Amino acid sequence: MELAIFLISALVAIAAAFLVVIQRNPIAAVMYLVTAFVAQAVLFIQLNAAFIAVLQIIVYAGAIMVLFLFVIMLLNLRREEYGKDIRLKFKPIVVALGIVLLVEAVVAIQAASMSAHGDGSLPEMFGSIQSVGKLLFTDYLYPFELTSVLLLVAVLGAVVMAKRKL
Amino acid sequence: MLEFAVITAIKSLVVITVLLMACAWSTYLERKLVAFFQTRIGPAVAGPYGLLQPIADMFKLLFKEDIVPGQAHKTIYLLAPLLAFIPAVIPIAVVPFGDTITLFGREIDLVISDFNLGILLVFAITSLGVYGLMMAGWASNSKYSLLGGLRSAAQMISYEIGLGLSVIGVLLLGGTVSLVEIVEQQDSILNWFVIRQPVGFLLYIVCAIAETNRIPFDLPEAEAELVAGYHTEYSSMRFGLFFVGEYANMLTVSAIATTLFFGGWQGPFLPPIVWFCIKVFAFMFFYIWLRASLPRLRYDQLMKFGWYVIIPLALANILVTAAIALL
Repeated sequence: MELAIFLISALVAIAAAFLVVIQRNPIAAVMYLVTAFVAQAVLFIQLNAAFIAVLQIIVYAGAIMVLFLFVIMLLNLRREEYGKDIRLKFKPIVVALGIVLLVEAVVAIQAASMSAHGDGSLPEMFGSIQSVGKLLFTDYLYPFELTSVLLLVAVLGAVVMAKRKL
Repeated sequence: MLEFAVITAIKSLVVITVLLMACAWSTYLERKLVAFFQTRIGPAVAGPYGLLQPIADMFKLLFKEDIVPGQAHKTIYLLAPLLAFIPAVIPIAVVPFGDTITLFGREIDLVISDFNLGILLVFAITSLGVYGLMMAGWASNSKYSLLGGLRSAAQMISYEIGLGLSVIGVLLLGGTVSLVEIVEQQDSILNWFVIRQPVGFLLYIVCAIAETNRIPFDLPEAEAELVAGYHTEYSSMRFGLFFVGEYANMLTVSAIATTLFFGGWQGPFLPPIVWFCIKVFAFMFFYIWLRASLPRLRYDQLMKFGWYVIIPLALANILVTAAIALL
């Protein structure tokens, strides 16, 4: 049962991610990306990280991708404006970069599976809101606060850019 | 494991059937009540008091021609009604509509899934609902539809923030995000969160009306300017799906308001399910009452209200609630 769910959502995630890249139509690409995010959320739930899964949907699928769509719809691209196919021109570079990424992924997976230890059991309350919150405000307080300052600066920057006349 | 799966499947089937029936008869309720507010009779021909009107409507929609505009993006155009409809139905899975009952010697919780992140799941799923409207607007390749879709997107992004923030007060006081536990905490009327979180409730109801695109916030389908907004080009049952989706959304929002602020299924004398239905019905009545009473906001007023009033108020509410919860 669990294996079946994993296989289905993993396949959907990979297929959707692949389609994002090869789609010429930006709106369809965004929809495939949303599909990939939802499939990833299912994988997070299987890893006992339901909180992360829900955040993934709220933040990425529910907010960021809606903004993407919004911008694309405002641009209102026509088919001829999607631009010439530049993929052929950069093919060697793209292939080289792809191979580098693939090798990196394989090495990373091997390293992770070597360092994995224990019987696979999880600490109590793993992945719950309480434990994530506690970690954020104790062990990871410093990066957490830095991130919030960074986001604040980004928001201020956006306001300054958009409202030059204020 | 198998038993659990079977029970859950049966519960889902029953709840979704009831929800869809409730959607169908909500249209009747709306037409009848609006007629009452305007001193008309309303639907009165099909069945006694016109009670079979939803069935007549359904057959009418099913037998109409399904038209796809010539320049539409066909796949997305055909999928959009489903994308609007499905996220409206899923959140009901975590709403508890009764206490545990014993049936055929088995203890059955009257909630499809006691997911411990209930309210967050509701927000996650409802935040996906906007895709249906945006895709419908974009794929129809019509300017009215596109404007309707864009408006719905801007409106939902703005009011989703307020909706999420308005509930945090309840979560702070309750100390949990599980809807089942939140209901259990509201065992007497003084413990209802509407009394402990009045500002939160008002913000929630305003944002919820905006999220479900109802009057006075139904800008995405403003008839006077946009024909019918994002579903202008749709016909037949695909149009019907948008409609059912809208009513399902209203019912879900009402059910969650009941659960968060009005004690869910808790109540004296009557069985829990009856109390739950009464409370949800009261919210639906309120929705329809608003529709019959209020004019539509202008678009810039809507956005200003969302960003300048709702969000700061919601943040202030969180600040005060957190301070009180700490003391």
